[in-house]
Parts: sequence; structure tokens; C-alpha cells
Amino acid sequence: MLDKAIKGSPQYWSWVVFLLALMGVGFGCYLYQWFEGLRITGMSRDVSWGFYIGQLTYFVGVAASGVMVVLPYYIHDYKAFGRITILGEFLAVASIVMCGLFVMVDLGNLPRMLNIMIYPNPSSILFWDMIVLNVYMLLNLVIGWNVLSAERKGVAYQKWVNVLIYISIPWAFSIHTVTAFLYAGLPGRHYWLTAIMAARFLSSAFCSGPALLILLALIVKRFTRFDPGKEQIRTLGSIVAYAMIINVFFFLLEMFTAFYSQIPGHMHSIQYLFKGLDGYDRLVPWMWTAAFFALVALVLLIVPATRRRQGILAVACGAVIISTWIDKGFGLVIGGFVPNPFERVFEYWPTVPEIFISVGVWATGFFILTVLYKIVVSVKEEAAVS
Amino acid sequence: MGMDRRKFLKIAGLSAMMGLGGKAAFELLAPGELEASLKDLPLTEGRKWGMVVDMTKMDEALMDKCIEACHRVHNVPNLGNPKEEIKWIWKETYEHTFPGQHHEYVSEQYHGRNFLLLCNHCTNPPCCRVCPTKATWKREDGVVMMDQHRCIGCRFCMAACPYGVRSFNWGDPRKAPKELNPNFPTNLEYPTRSKGVVEKCNFCAERIAKGQLPACVEAANAVKPHALVFGDLDDPTSDVRKSLHESYTIRRKPELGSGPNVYYII
Repeated sequence: MLDKAIKGSPQYWSWVVFLLALMGVGFGCYLYQWFEGLRITGMSRDVSWGFYIGQLTYFVGVAASGVMVVLPYYIHDYKAFGRITILGEFLAVASIVMCGLFVMVDLGNLPRMLNIMIYPNPSSILFWDMIVLNVYMLLNLVIGWNVLSAERKGVAYQKWVNVLIYISIPWAFSIHTVTAFLYAGLPGRHYWLTAIMAARFLSSAFCSGPALLILLALIVKRFTRFDPGKEQIRTLGSIVAYAMIINVFFFLLEMFTAFYSQIPGHMHSIQYLFKGLDGYDRLVPWMWTAAFFALVALVLLIVPATRRRQGILAVACGAVIISTWIDKGFGLVIGGFVPNPFERVFEYWPTVPEIFISVGVWATGFFILTVLYKIVVSVKEEAAVS
Repeated sequence: MGMDRRKFLKIAGLSAMMGLGGKAAFELLAPGELEASLKDLPLTEGRKWGMVVDMTKMDEALMDKCIEACHRVHNVPNLGNPKEEIKWIWKETYEHTFPGQHHEYVSEQYHGRNFLLLCNHCTNPPCCRVCPTKATWKREDGVVMMDQHRCIGCRFCMAACPYGVRSFNWGDPRKAPKELNPNFPTNLEYPTRSKGVVEKCNFCAERIAKGQLPACVEAANAVKPHALVFGDLDDPTSDVRKSLHESYTIRRKPELGSGPNVYYII
């Protein structure tokens, strides 16, 4: 089926070349980091994870959200989603590739990466995260590929794929739970040490992922002859609405515990993020931007008249993505490190090469997504013709 | 090295046995002999190394001496940039060393006063729990050890350590500015590190293996005996235990359950 990806319009090819160029720029910056070390990033002794790990966290969520189309179709027999499960599955594959790359660019010594498998430490959550993410990627790739091949041949997919599908559903929840456990079990990092972390992760994943999927579906509809479907997008819109409400609710629960208990350690990070601490307030405008877009998204999603209009739904989805990205892809990681264990504030800000390396990783993810979606669209177009 | 043939064979044989099947295999082949033979290895003489920092005997100059001694012995470079700073032992004020203890009426002799900080070699270390490659681990003698040749530089341990004792080589330490490190490496018998790995205080594992005190303790004792006391917390007759028996001590963040083994007499 890969041949479908090398037959495309000039528009398709210019997009692919554009992504390849960004990947090249990112790779160039990575070479610079390779020779100089991670000192070229904004990370420090005090904020020892930054943009890369934030992106890892965010895209694990996007990957997990594939289950939001898979589960209604396979468990609740919601037929409409049959058309777009493949889009969710392949979005998951591209996201996990990004996750893997974001971990790799963050490592101080990449050539030793396989030490995780050579000298595994079962008590390390990172070890388990590596396992669940890789298995999840394989599951989605195998399932998506088989179902699509069958569709192309006009036959039903093989029965054994069902087994993988049923495994993939709880597995999606597991990847984001395990990713939350990376943070939620560390003594002395108050912002992360919260039992609701995994639930927060899942809720933000289940709004941001489907929001991205809606935008992708609209792009597919606009540029190809495959229409993911009006009902499909509308149902996804409802999923985004519920998940975003829960996401904001969970965040407010954190606020209550911190500020009603008045325990300084619980309040410090949140104060740093939203008000500034000891005169340092670099993230404050960002966090309020996130809050603003969350509010916009909530209004547009909750009011049925706005949610059901595709144009406005797209705006709402954009707002969800901006809001959750700032909150989870940036504020969450940095907030955990500020203040540091000595209750001193050292701020973090990504450097230009760090951003370009990240852009390179995003471009790689979107390149894979483009190739996979191109195959999907070509198969669906053919099926529609015959 | 001062090691005779017999001793070398003993250690080599022992390592081979450990490699083959660890403690269990040894117990099978020669019940009870493992404990006896391990005693010959100096590094296991202590079962729970710990330290008492007597702040009543410490002053700024003495703390600087301890820091200097440690960083010289372990080739810890001065990078001249707080963002990339590497430190094994350093000074921090009372209110930032014990954030939960500080209050506005605290005696002036503590307010703003520097304390000496190093790895706590916790009994239940979170850093070892999270390391995905066992590059940092708790030794049987209590030292929280670090293998810089296995470390992949994921920095999970830095996020996990509640005491901020871990440093990362953001750049190549061998390229540290010459004007700040004229004699780098300062100790040719201790390895320098490559970029991209985590490092921290190792309780001078290389020195205690030879029956010597940690470099900071030796430096402190040369000026003021018992300003730093190092010893086996498992041995009721040891100096540390005597010191703990005689004075009231506090530890950093004991409520986290990590079991820090560095005690402070304030």
C-alpha cells in the first residue's frame, strides 16, 4: 500500500518537501546539540527537563486519544466511527514516533539508549513507559494496516485483528497512566505529587487528541475527495466538549486542595505559574493565555448552536489545543521544577536550537502522518469509486 | 596497587561467582562463607555509611575547605555558569536547607547562615527507584553509587531527588574554561566525566575502599576535629553513632520517607 504515498498531486509533494526541509533544519540543530551537549538548551541544574519532555507528555496524550474513536466503534458498535477509526489509529502511530524522538533528543547519551533494555530496572516508570509506548505503536500500526488492507481488497479483516483491537483499548489508557506516573510518584515535587495526575492526563488527552483529529478530518475533507463525515465530526465535537469540561474541572480540584489547605509547597508552583513567585513570572502570560483559551473553548463547546457549526467547532478545537498544549506541554513540566528543592526560583526558557529541534520532531511526526493519511485517503477514494 | 596475589585471586573468584549466580549460588556452594569472605573487602566494612555535620564547629572557611577538597579529588570542574553548575558538596542558607523549619523569629545565628550540603545517601533513595538502567543504585554498604558509564542522561534521578544533590554534565566537563580550572583534571587517579551524564557525591567510595575517610571529612578534621563525622550507622560503637547519641540532630525533609543519612547538629 505504500505505493499510494508516492503518487500525489504537486500540492501533496510541496507539503512533503516542506516537512522534509523542517526535518533537515531540526536535524542540523540536533547535530549542534550532539557535539555541544544539552547546554545549548535552556535546561539547567534546577529545571532539568524542559520543552522536549513537555512535548513527550503532550503527544502521549494525543496518541492515547485514538481510543476515543476506536472504543465507540468496536465496543459500542457506533457504526459512524468505522469511517475514521483508521485516522485515529494512524494519528496515534505518528504521535508515538514523536514521543520516541522527543525522548531521544532529550537524552544526554543517546548511543547508550538500549541500556534501558540491557539493564532494565522494573521499579523505574520510564522503563514501563518505554514498553507501553512501543507496544501501543505496534498495536495501532498492525491494526490500522490490516483493516485498511482488507478495505482496499473489499474483504473483511482477519479475525485475529479483533484480539489486538480489544487489547489496544485498555492499552491506550495505560500509556497515559504510566506517563502520569513518571511525575506523580516523585517525593518532593509538589506540583506533580497528586493522585489525580493520571486522571488529569487522560481528560486533557481526550479533549486535545480528538480536537486535533477534528482539525485533521476537516483538512482531509478540504483537500481530498474523502469526507470523514458530518456525523463523525459532530460526535467527536461532543467528546471534546465532555473531556474539556472534565479537564478544567480536574484542574480546579487541584486549585482547591492547594489554596484551601494553604500548604505552602502545594501553592508555590501554581503561584509561580499564574502570579509569579519571588519576582519571577516568565510563564504567567502563557498560563493566563491557556486559561483564556480554555474559557473560550468551553463556551463554544457547551453551547449546542456553536458546537454544531463546523467552522466554529474548528475554532473551539484550536482553542482546546492551545490551552491544553500550554498547560500540559509546557507549564506542567516547568511548574514541577519551580521552585526547586531549596525553594529557590530558577526560570527556564527554551533556546532557539531547542525550538528548532522540536520543530524537526513535529515535522517528522507530521511527515509520517501525511504518508499514512495519504494511503488512507487513496484507499478510501478508490473504494468510493469502485 | 597494594594487593597480593592471594587477595587478588580471592576478589576475582568472588566477582566471578557473583557474576555466575550471585549470592544464591554462593550460598549453595559454600553455605555461610559468603559473609565471612566479603568481610575481607574493605568497602563492605560499613553496612550503613552515614555522616554527621556539626554546624557548631563549622564556619565559612572550613566549609570552603571541604568543598575544595572534594571537588579537587573528584575533578569537579568550575564551569563559571550557574546554569551548568556541577557540585558534589556546597553551601546553602539555613532557610533554604530546611525550608519547612524556617520562621520569622528564628535566632539570628541561623538566619542567613550557610549549611554544608551533600548527597544524603538515603536508606530508601527515590533516585535509584526511578533510574531506568540501574546506573545509580544503593550499595550494600549504604552508598548511593553512580555508574557514569551506564547512565544514559535521562535525568529522571534529578527530578526524583528531593534534595537537589544531582548535577548533569550539560556540556563536556573536559572543556571547562581553562582560566577557572588551570590544573584540570586535578586528580589523575579519578576519572573525568563525559558530557551527558549525571553525577553526585559518592561518599568517596574510592577512598573508603582503601580505608580512608571521605575527602571532605579529612579536610574538616585537619582544622577542626569532629566538624564532620563519618562512620557506620549500623555500628553502635562508631563515631557517628556516638555523635548522634550526644547531640540532638535534624535531617533534611525526613517526612518524605527517603531516609536521609546525613545528620546536622545545629
